[in-house]
Amino acid sequence: MAGGDPILAVRDLRVRFRTLDGVVEAVKGVNLQVNAGETVAIVGESGSGKSQTMMAAMSLLASNGSATGAVDYRGRNLLELSKRELNRIRGSRISMIFQEPMTSLDPLYSIGSQLMEPIRRHRKLGAKEARAEAIRLLDLVRIPDPQRRFKSYPYELSGGQRQRVMIAMALANNPDILIADEPTTALDVTVQAQILTLLAELQQKLGMAIVFITHDLGIVRRFADRVYVMRAGEVMEEGETEQIFAEPRHSYTKMLLAAEPSGRKEPPPNGFPVILEGRNVEVTFSIGGGFLSGPPMILRAVDKVSLALRQQQTIGIVGESGSGKSTLGRALLRLLPSEGVVWLGVKDISKADREAMRPLRRQLQLVFQDPFGSLSPRMTVGQIVTEGLLVHEPALSRAERDRRAAEALQEVGLDPAMRNRYPHEFSGGQRQRIAIARAMILKPRVVVLDEPTSALDRSVQKQIVELLRNLQSAYELSYLFISHDLAVVRAMADYIIVMRQGRVVEQGLTDDIFDNPREEYTRTLMAAAVDAKRFRLGKLEPVEQRK
Amino acid sequence: MTELAITHAVPGRSFWGDAWARLRANRAAMVSLVYLGLMAVACIVGPLLVPHQYTTIYPDYVRIPPSLSPYPKPEMIETALGDVLKRMRVDVKEWRQESDRIFVTITSSREIDERNTRYIDRSDTFDDARVEEKSPDGKTMVMSAAIKQQHFLFGTDNTGRDLLSRTLMAGRVSLAIGLLAGVVAVVIGVVYGATAGFLGGRIDEAMMRVVDVLYSLPFIFFVIMLVVFFGRNFVLMFLAVGAVLWLDMARIVRGQALSIRRQEYVQAAEALGVSRTGILARHIVPNLLGVVVIYMTLLVPQVIILESFLSFLGLGVQEPMTSWGVLISAGAKNIGTANWLLLFPAFFLVSTLFALNFVGDGLRDALDPKDR
Repeated sequence: MAGGDPILAVRDLRVRFRTLDGVVEAVKGVNLQVNAGETVAIVGESGSGKSQTMMAAMSLLASNGSATGAVDYRGRNLLELSKRELNRIRGSRISMIFQEPMTSLDPLYSIGSQLMEPIRRHRKLGAKEARAEAIRLLDLVRIPDPQRRFKSYPYELSGGQRQRVMIAMALANNPDILIADEPTTALDVTVQAQILTLLAELQQKLGMAIVFITHDLGIVRRFADRVYVMRAGEVMEEGETEQIFAEPRHSYTKMLLAAEPSGRKEPPPNGFPVILEGRNVEVTFSIGGGFLSGPPMILRAVDKVSLALRQQQTIGIVGESGSGKSTLGRALLRLLPSEGVVWLGVKDISKADREAMRPLRRQLQLVFQDPFGSLSPRMTVGQIVTEGLLVHEPALSRAERDRRAAEALQEVGLDPAMRNRYPHEFSGGQRQRIAIARAMILKPRVVVLDEPTSALDRSVQKQIVELLRNLQSAYELSYLFISHDLAVVRAMADYIIVMRQGRVVEQGLTDDIFDNPREEYTRTLMAAAVDAKRFRLGKLEPVEQRK
Repeated sequence: MTELAITHAVPGRSFWGDAWARLRANRAAMVSLVYLGLMAVACIVGPLLVPHQYTTIYPDYVRIPPSLSPYPKPEMIETALGDVLKRMRVDVKEWRQESDRIFVTITSSREIDERNTRYIDRSDTFDDARVEEKSPDGKTMVMSAAIKQQHFLFGTDNTGRDLLSRTLMAGRVSLAIGLLAGVVAVVIGVVYGATAGFLGGRIDEAMMRVVDVLYSLPFIFFVIMLVVFFGRNFVLMFLAVGAVLWLDMARIVRGQALSIRRQEYVQAAEALGVSRTGILARHIVPNLLGVVVIYMTLLVPQVIILESFLSFLGLGVQEPMTSWGVLISAGAKNIGTANWLLLFPAFFLVSTLFALNFVGDGLRDALDPKDR
């Protein structure tokens, strides 16, 4: 057991927010404890109050929030400290890393100067020593060539490297506690694995406690000593990681553990016709260039990719960010200019212009990743869902459209009475259902699903996957399922294309790819995603697989 | 089943409903909004209720200070009477005041015409002049006249016009110019900017270069040219001010349109096959409106100031029509001798601008609720 004396104890913490609809209690009397040197995970779905608990402990709540209760750090109640005293602890004894490495670094300063700032502030070092210390830290988090990288700006680094810099900043003053709020959620699986390994190693080396806030149970199992499961502002269950996974007591924990999308999709029978086919599809972007800046840089986002999608087939396109998988999907729908040939049925649509494409659009639909961004905030749900009907069936009366909207919402499992509400009044999963209803109301033949489940909680993901599967069999749909989440792809797709840097690395039937990956890259991807090995160095033996 | 559902559609809380609720919670903005409403009502209805026309000149009351008690003051009566009688070319034997009437005995070497009472009526101070007694030879006469009680709450200006009615009238003009030129600028700016931002590419480049060219024209020079060619004209003011201010609007709207165009809901609409005008009308413009409303409330004060500035220079509204800028300009010249000529119009202008800015700020917070 890696735990020492308790150093952080949260007692009966309550967080309230004043909103237009009155006071909302986000955290309702949470008790938790962090011991020196251990890793504690706080798990919960979005809205469970897991982040707000830690934000309140650090006095980082939004201006309309207030916290009561006690947060004891080595005998002092953090909630009662003055800002000045708090700042001596924040960033020094307790530090934080956040989910978005893009926005937590200031784009105007080099990473070196951003690293030196906490060092100089808290340790009162001179510029020269602080510099040496910053370079040591960059080396510690395994940034290659730290001397040179010291002068780099955040935009010059990849997401994973930025997260490493964030970790270096958090570790700058040898904290007792490192609070990591979804530190790997925005990263690709392989990078995620590297960051987690790094965190585990650093903990081994430096001995700080880690509070790990996440929604991903897979990571928790491989990373944490103890787990707190939160739901709706309350701790549902707590315990040793192994114990929680082996015999969860609370029904909510059981539900979370069972929330991994399951089931397999059978490939369509051989006789089914090819509906959408692309041959040697190529998408290039030119970056820069212009009147005075010389020839533009050509970026080949999709490089001669061919695929054939048959009726009722689901092709999963897998790859890390920047692999060109989303671009390919949009190119096939003719939403981006591309080279190569695309057939819809027997019709060559690769040369069709806007006007010619319009009547064909109802057969080709798209569902996006971000259910917040893909619905116009100024329209009611009914208007959003029926917008396609305005284009493709302009003769429909208003009442008729209203009826169709109600039907479509019912079909995706939403209450049709909600159709005069606005998107912001719905949860993430409900919004994704709305986006699906918008695509389905046109009775399309092909739907491109661009990471439709990535922004959702696991339990919601499972429901959306089931909804999509039911719709597929009901309407003989063909899906192009783009995702980086291999567990979901496995449950959805019968055929898989693995992409990297715009090229197809490997393709084949789902089970073949998962069970016998031929290419090295595919194997790395699988290992990072599915491996049950623990990251902690002391415990390299695999944890027993959950049944 | 669906039949049942259709009868029970739950109304949602729209974006604007939300914004209104947030705005209502903002006390400064609400007070300002009420103040602006009162100011608008006062400027529209006020000139009809004030007993003085904004063009009427009271020669007896040139540059009198503001006062709550009615004019004429007791000491002014004798001067006014002296002036009148001088014009009648008669001598005063004696005069006395009984409550609100005066009785004056006049003599002359020749016979006095009864129609001379007219001279008294013509004065701003007296009213209802009558001949009370007449000596048999007609050379001595007793006339009586009522003292006309008049209020000048804001005092009068250099030519003896009531400042209250002029200030309200000026408010009418300034607010109208502010609102109309604001609307002109917003309409041109939104249409132009949204089109440029949405179409993008070369068209955007070309349209924005036109804006740059217009930006480089010096504004005052532009207005002087317009005035030279078309003469001084109220409508021209709207055009000139509106034509210059839409440029800012166009730039802001274009930037917004560019970012909205990249939003996924616009891509989704494209994937649905919605036409460009459909996307512009259903997605881009409604999502722009928040910014536009905010900018409009900040644009109106800008227009009012510009108009005041032009009028101050003598290029704007012409006498006897007036605006706050004109009044302030006149007031500034008399700051030593008659400071109320500056204080009242300046207070009206400044408080209105304050209120507009508070409302603008409140709207920005209400429409764009980021955690502050």
